[in-house]
Amino acid sequence: MSIILSILVDGIAYGMILFMISVGLSITMGLMRIINLAHGGFALFGGAMAHVLTIRMGMPFLGAFLLSVLGVVVIAAPLERLLYRHIYGFDELGQVLATVGIVFLMIATVNLFLGSTILAIRSPEVFTTAVNLGFKTLPFHRVVVIASGMVLLAGLWLLVEKTRFGIYLRAAVDNRNAAASLGIDTPRVYLAAFSLGAGLAATGGILGAELLPIEAYYPLRYMVLFLIVVAVGGLGSVAGSFFAALGLGILDTFGRYLLPDIGPIFFFLAIIMLLALRPNGLLGRAG
Amino acid sequence: MTDLVTPRVSTRRAIPLFGSLWPIAIVILAAFAAFFLFPYDLAFLTRIVIMMVFVLSFDLILGYAGIATLGHAAMYGCGAYAAGLFALHISPDPLVGLLIGATAGALIGWASGLVLLRTHGMTLLIISIAVTMVLQEAASKARWLTGGADGLPGISVSPILGFFEFDFVGQVAFIYSVCVLVAVLVLCHVLVSSPFGLALRGIKNSASRMRAIGTPVYRRKVTVYTIAGAIAGIAGALAAQVTGLVGLEVFNFSLSADVMVMLILGGAGRLYGALIGTLIFMTVHHVAASIDPFNWLFVIGFMLLVVVFALPDGLVSLPARLVRFLRRA
Repeated sequence: MSIILSILVDGIAYGMILFMISVGLSITMGLMRIINLAHGGFALFGGAMAHVLTIRMGMPFLGAFLLSVLGVVVIAAPLERLLYRHIYGFDELGQVLATVGIVFLMIATVNLFLGSTILAIRSPEVFTTAVNLGFKTLPFHRVVVIASGMVLLAGLWLLVEKTRFGIYLRAAVDNRNAAASLGIDTPRVYLAAFSLGAGLAATGGILGAELLPIEAYYPLRYMVLFLIVVAVGGLGSVAGSFFAALGLGILDTFGRYLLPDIGPIFFFLAIIMLLALRPNGLLGRAG
Repeated sequence: MTDLVTPRVSTRRAIPLFGSLWPIAIVILAAFAAFFLFPYDLAFLTRIVIMMVFVLSFDLILGYAGIATLGHAAMYGCGAYAAGLFALHISPDPLVGLLIGATAGALIGWASGLVLLRTHGMTLLIISIAVTMVLQEAASKARWLTGGADGLPGISVSPILGFFEFDFVGQVAFIYSVCVLVAVLVLCHVLVSSPFGLALRGIKNSASRMRAIGTPVYRRKVTVYTIAGAIAGIAGALAAQVTGLVGLEVFNFSLSADVMVMLILGGAGRLYGALIGTLIFMTVHHVAASIDPFNWLFVIGFMLLVVVFALPDGLVSLPARLVRFLRRA
């Protein structure tokens, strides 16, 4: 029983990380109709900056974390303006090629400055202490990850459902031409959504470094995982990404613990079947 | 349907079989020249030739049928492992080995094609990557068969047709690979100028229109995917025989991505585009990697962006573009 519980907790924590990294991807893919294979690069940049700040410059974790997320947003915004804006208009193949090109450049950049070894992030001491929940003790890190996942979900829900920006965003996801002709400044919505997604990816990358170690090839290694979350959850859906990420996180963790030999094979076969049967995802809309 | 398509087929067919065989002639001449000009780089030249076979197979599905996948390494890897295992355990005959590789590639192409060609766009991309990851994972876990992370070392093959033994310098390997390339080129040439090839182009331009005139689109796609799988399997088998080893990296994502880059660089939808793209990519790779092996990704990343932004039809469209530009100026 306690084994199942700890697998479940690990699975949920893992799912939360996947959610944080993938939700931005889901929104931008739903919004700009772009296949962005470089999204994991923002998680990598976040993790790499946190590594430099905590290990090489000895900054405390919280400050380094905030500074890294901010740094990634500062990188992402001009990237959207200068590069991605032109990619939206390409056909599918062009988008794939261009974003593969971008992800290669991102990997090469990190590789040039930091090498290709694992980039550890020094997390605060409290992360390793155990928290007693009465029936079970958990490492504090898992609690932090799960709590921040919930906070981000709530924040995103408020942002999308209750604010003016959320209304613009939903309108643009549903029909960007109609939204533009109603006077919504869609390029600015794109820019904001893209930067937000990059910031979330950086958050997930840093908090999840213990589960998905940061190294130069991170965006390629886990690319398929992030894409699967988006595909299963349906493009442009925050709730869809959340449930897909949790479900996949738990499924993958169970597979790895209980069937260590064929766990990943089982996981990918399940995904292939699922996507073949429901090409638009579980909560996805047609088209 | 026949009224719409047949006249075009007959006019196209009258010329191509002889008229546009010149790429094949050039390949043979270039291979001869390379053989005598670069006698010390034959191993590298052989790698280029093998990649050309592989990229040609990808041209069939991306360039002609318009199916974008990022998992073409699956078929290459299966062909390589099948040929390697065959040579180690059953028979060292290289030509039968190629056949086994082709069968393995075709089987995996057929099986995965049945599933992934039902989807399109991003879902298709993801499934194609996932198939390759399943295979890589399976190959790394089945240590008793594949040697896991150590791979299959020490594959050796018997002399080709019983006469031509693989030599130390790699002359026989090079000639052997070129022969395979020419055979594959002829096969692809016949294929794309056949009515089947025309149907593929139709599917690429408008699948719904082809469906409306009665083409079984899904079945055509599965067929071409299987054929491309067989050719990719041949490329994998060739690599296994020539290098004498197969490792998990045959299923790497970067191999699938590289193939796509080579094809787009040269120009998809033309057989000689695939050849030119491969030649240039491999040469740039070789030179850049020997100057600075760690920053090679910068080169390929920039190359991709330049091609996508500046040359969407690949390098083979460059002469036509230049002519148009000069006329205007």
